[in-house]
Amino acid sequence: MTAAETNLEWRQPDRGRVGVICLIITEFAVFTIFVVAYLFYIGKSLTGPYPKDVLEIPYISTFCLLFSSVTVTFAEHALKKGHAGPFKMWLALTVGLGAFFLGATGQEWNKLINHDHLTVSTNLFGTTYYSLVGLHASHVLIGLILLTIVLLIGLRGNAMLSNARRFEFLAWYWHFVDVVWVIVFTVVYVIGR
Amino acid sequence: MAATNYPLESQVADPSLPTALHEWVITVDHKRLGMLYIMAALFFFVVAGIMAAVIRAQLAFPNGKVIPPEIFNRLFTMHGTTMVFLVGMPFLAGLANYLVPLMIGARDMAFPRLNAFGFWIFLLGGMLLYFSYIAGEGLAGHGSAPDVGWFAYAPLTSKAFSRGSSTDYWTLSILLAGIGSIASAINVIATVFSMRTKGMTLWRMPLFVIMLTVVSGMILVALPPLSAAQIMLMVDRYLGGHFFDTQAGGSAVLWQHFFWLFGHPEVYILVLPGFACASEIIPVFSRKPMFGRPAMVGATIMIAAVGVSVWAHHMFTVGMSARANIFFVAATMMIAVPTGIKVFNWLATMYRGQIRMDTPMLFCVGFLFQFLIAGLTGIMLAAAPFDWQLSDSYFVVAHFHYVLLGGLMFTLFASIYYWFPKATGKMLNETYGKLHFWLLAIGFHLTFDPLHFAGIWGMPRRIYTYAPGRGWEMVNLVASVGVVFQGLAILFFVWNIISSLRNGKKAGDDPWDGWTLEWATSSPPPEYNFAQVPEIKSSRPLWDLKHPEDPDWKYE
Repeated sequence: MTAAETNLEWRQPDRGRVGVICLIITEFAVFTIFVVAYLFYIGKSLTGPYPKDVLEIPYISTFCLLFSSVTVTFAEHALKKGHAGPFKMWLALTVGLGAFFLGATGQEWNKLINHDHLTVSTNLFGTTYYSLVGLHASHVLIGLILLTIVLLIGLRGNAMLSNARRFEFLAWYWHFVDVVWVIVFTVVYVIGR
Repeated sequence: MAATNYPLESQVADPSLPTALHEWVITVDHKRLGMLYIMAALFFFVVAGIMAAVIRAQLAFPNGKVIPPEIFNRLFTMHGTTMVFLVGMPFLAGLANYLVPLMIGARDMAFPRLNAFGFWIFLLGGMLLYFSYIAGEGLAGHGSAPDVGWFAYAPLTSKAFSRGSSTDYWTLSILLAGIGSIASAINVIATVFSMRTKGMTLWRMPLFVIMLTVVSGMILVALPPLSAAQIMLMVDRYLGGHFFDTQAGGSAVLWQHFFWLFGHPEVYILVLPGFACASEIIPVFSRKPMFGRPAMVGATIMIAAVGVSVWAHHMFTVGMSARANIFFVAATMMIAVPTGIKVFNWLATMYRGQIRMDTPMLFCVGFLFQFLIAGLTGIMLAAAPFDWQLSDSYFVVAHFHYVLLGGLMFTLFASIYYWFPKATGKMLNETYGKLHFWLLAIGFHLTFDPLHFAGIWGMPRRIYTYAPGRGWEMVNLVASVGVVFQGLAILFFVWNIISSLRNGKKAGDDPWDGWTLEWATSSPPPEYNFAQVPEIKSSRPLWDLKHPEDPDWKYE
């Protein structure tokens, strides 16, 4: 052991941080497989409806989800500085934006199912579309539930102020959901249409 | 070293049976969870072993009448699925759970509750798989246990060919077991990176810990393709999707790609923990430090890196392009290089060592011989033209049983004989241990050596019987006789565990004169593992402690 080493403090990364990074890596791998399947099956549907006929680019909800990544960062910074008021406001805005995104997805599916008669079993496009977008939407839902729980705890008192570290992990997860949406959006609405 | 005696109430007190059982159920202690994992794995090992015995009984003679074909199909499916997902995976999770915190001087895993969750979700998966024997008929009244083979190729798994619920139980059970594996992999990585004791740098960790960290990293990227494919299969079966439905433009080959994208890294995920055990046991029983430690680490990382890009060597007969074939042949053959480096390093460690042939070492030596042959047949099968001839034959069956039984299971048995004294405070009986080894080795070779020839002589795998006069009678009979020896070996093993637990020799803290941290605490270790962790200055902290005149850290 060198002298420098003895003097150095023994420092290791936060275990929560390592754990969340691992979780995100493994989730990315799951999405990769679904994205590969989607790309592989583009244009392989034997019957309609086809993507170019029924898909409309969801500009507004995409903007909302991407913007919610910004608001969650503001919430995180407010929490780290101990500003309870701004934290709650930014967090509520994040929840609202996420909920809007889910609502928009629901509306899109409603239109596809009832108007265009596209379901999971209609054709290969339906199978891959609902699986990939649905997998992402389920991750949005999980994130939204977690954010809402934090919001409720925050509204009932300031218990969250001592848990900035944990909120950071939730924010990371939310960013991950966002990044995945960028990929899903590109694959489904840009390449696949 | 002076014996360390930690007075600990929970160990001194003798709780009543319900209390004791309840403690095992609610435990979040890494040592208990590790033992639960290993006990579950051994239980499923016996179950799947009995299945294999029935399969061999059916195949012992031509026109065998022991079981009807549909039961035969269920047996080889359940045998394969159980051995991979309910024996190999939990065994490695159990070893990692028990040993990693002890070896790096931590008090527990990074996430104890996640750890417990991982075990119980795995056990639920295992129970679901066997529940299919009762409930597999489903509402349609067809089928029993799954019978689609352990890699469940499409379109065999579609509703049309697999009615009832058996395939759904298979899918769900593997999905759950996979979640458990991922949970435990995340835990191992977080533990290794964040919970090491002072002075235990990543480089000073025992090879066992380094290798299991690499394995956990592989699990993170290799298990998701399987989970994703299982979700797609569920979409197909429950919601009428078309992922693997060729009639609607889907692709059956895509399932094969996804499955083997998991399936081949899985082979390395299973066998690397075996390498990890050998890398701890061989040096201690040769009384020499591991030869070429940096090369060992490098070879492990190279196996992991190349191991994720060889999957389609399982698919040469599907009809891929020549370019794809050449790529996967080359990648597969490349893996032989780091694996060869490892074998040479183990041999060089033994060379001129003061070898003690105790049972753990005996199993490791058996592993070296058998794994070498497994590797050689692996290189043969890696050549696409050779594989076209022998794919789906008994040659392949013999090859992967050489890897998993002759290679992996031998090191796992070695690990049980090596660490049992630490976990229980009792030594396993050496005589029974040696009987276990020799009977298993003889039985293993009687069973699997002839099966190579059965394959070369044209016997396909998964046939439930065969007609006389094809020249397969003798090899099959010998193979089935081998099972008797293997069964006897396992009986000796089980009896050894039971009798040694009851009245085995006291082990003491450090029965093998080991060098890694787990031998610095009492046997069994207290709940908090270490009251005081020795100073870590090298990769063999206990050597430094025992030999202050010639410590490792002067050279590392």
